[in-house]
Amino acid sequence: MEADRQLQTTDVVELNPNFHFRWEEPQQANVLLYPEGIVKLNETAAAILEACTGGQSIAVGVAELAERYGKADLTADALKFLEVAHAKGWIRIKS
Amino acid sequence: MPKDGSGLSLDGLGLPLWLVLELTYKCPLKCPWCSNPVDFDQYRNELSTEEWKKVLRAGRRLGSLQLGFTGGEPMLRNDLEELVAEADSLGYYTNLITSGVGLNTDRLRALKKAGLKQVQLSIQSNDRRHSQKLVGVDVLDHKIGIARAIKAEGFPMVLNVPISRFNIERTEALIDLAADLGVEYLEFANLQYYNWALLNRAELLPTREQLAKSEAAVNAARARLGKKLTIFFVVPDYYDDRPKACMNGWGAVHLTIAPDGTALPCQEARLIKGIDFPSVRDHELDWIWHHSPAFNKFRGDSWMAEPCRSCSEKEKDFGGCRCQAFLLTGDAANTDPVCAKSPNRHLIDNLIASAEQRGVSETSSDSPLKMREIKRRQRSEAR
Repeated sequence: MEADRQLQTTDVVELNPNFHFRWEEPQQANVLLYPEGIVKLNETAAAILEACTGGQSIAVGVAELAERYGKADLTADALKFLEVAHAKGWIRIKS
Repeated sequence: MPKDGSGLSLDGLGLPLWLVLELTYKCPLKCPWCSNPVDFDQYRNELSTEEWKKVLRAGRRLGSLQLGFTGGEPMLRNDLEELVAEADSLGYYTNLITSGVGLNTDRLRALKKAGLKQVQLSIQSNDRRHSQKLVGVDVLDHKIGIARAIKAEGFPMVLNVPISRFNIERTEALIDLAADLGVEYLEFANLQYYNWALLNRAELLPTREQLAKSEAAVNAARARLGKKLTIFFVVPDYYDDRPKACMNGWGAVHLTIAPDGTALPCQEARLIKGIDFPSVRDHELDWIWHHSPAFNKFRGDSWMAEPCRSCSEKEKDFGGCRCQAFLLTGDAANTDPVCAKSPNRHLIDNLIASAEQRGVSETSSDSPLKMREIKRRQRSEAR
């Protein structure tokens, strides 16, 4: 069981294996599907989740995002969302 | 079924995100709170495998995402694996809602192979004899064995406990059982009073004090267990003064198909008299959802009367539950009597007062529970 601690940019996080993340055409949105539940994600949330659960550290994912969107630093925004996602059990820290 | 635990919007753009297939009303259990119609035996013409597959394809085209296979007991359909495979290939997230009777390791493996994502297993007690008394069949040992098998096959799992005054005192013991089984989710589903549960309401309704104790035990366990076990606690709405936002609104995100193909905005809605619910045997699912009079009857707020019409919360709770309004006030367009603003709230208060005066012990009852059984009138008349 993982510790309930603050996420660090050096952490590698992954999607909870019981959650399915995908694009849903009729909703024109990315969705998370899990036991008896659905979450619709907005574009920013989906982009963060996609970039930061690909097997690399949060810092690397955030840097890729910043480059893609031409923004200076998204670290604070990304960490804030990932903390929420972590608290809700959508993602977990990869050991 | 839709949980609001995520705290995020369930706005499905007017599409039926949730599709629930009641594959059969048949069930080996006799739970006296069953949500199936009390005359379930009148509906025998179940959809065929091909008809269910047609529903699955049409539902996906309509935008359905979450799919529940339920009943009755869905394991009684020997085409379940075939239907799960079809649903999985169409892109649904597939949930099986079962008593566990009819499940074994072979079928679990076949279901896993077919693409089933999750199993919700019901459990009623942590004690074999007590469980038998509640559901009319000796099944607890099998349920516990099958729960372990479900986890061994790698499924995420919801343990669902239908709560009445007969098991509410076991909250802590049931949490311990869930933690021992290693399930991800435990749902304390306080009964909602429709159909069989309504017949037995006077005996089943817990008291306010029992409810408070149970909720306190849940909160203590949440603090103790953290992410290891997510516990949902569905309150019996009678003890609220705001009505539940039932189904997120009529015809908003939820579509149920009954065993005979009747399309319903919720699993209970066919109890409302005077609405002609369309069947997938006669109509396209797209027309049923978007255009049928039944699904449009309580959409929006133009159907509302006072006090809902001018209420500031009408977009939050949609006036509560149409079925409950019908059952308790005789008119499905009335405000849900649970609402403190309803002129009929006294009906609920009287029921709560009766529960307070009645015993709370799980071993005593003033009148026997009416178990879910086919009425054997013909046989007794012949005697």
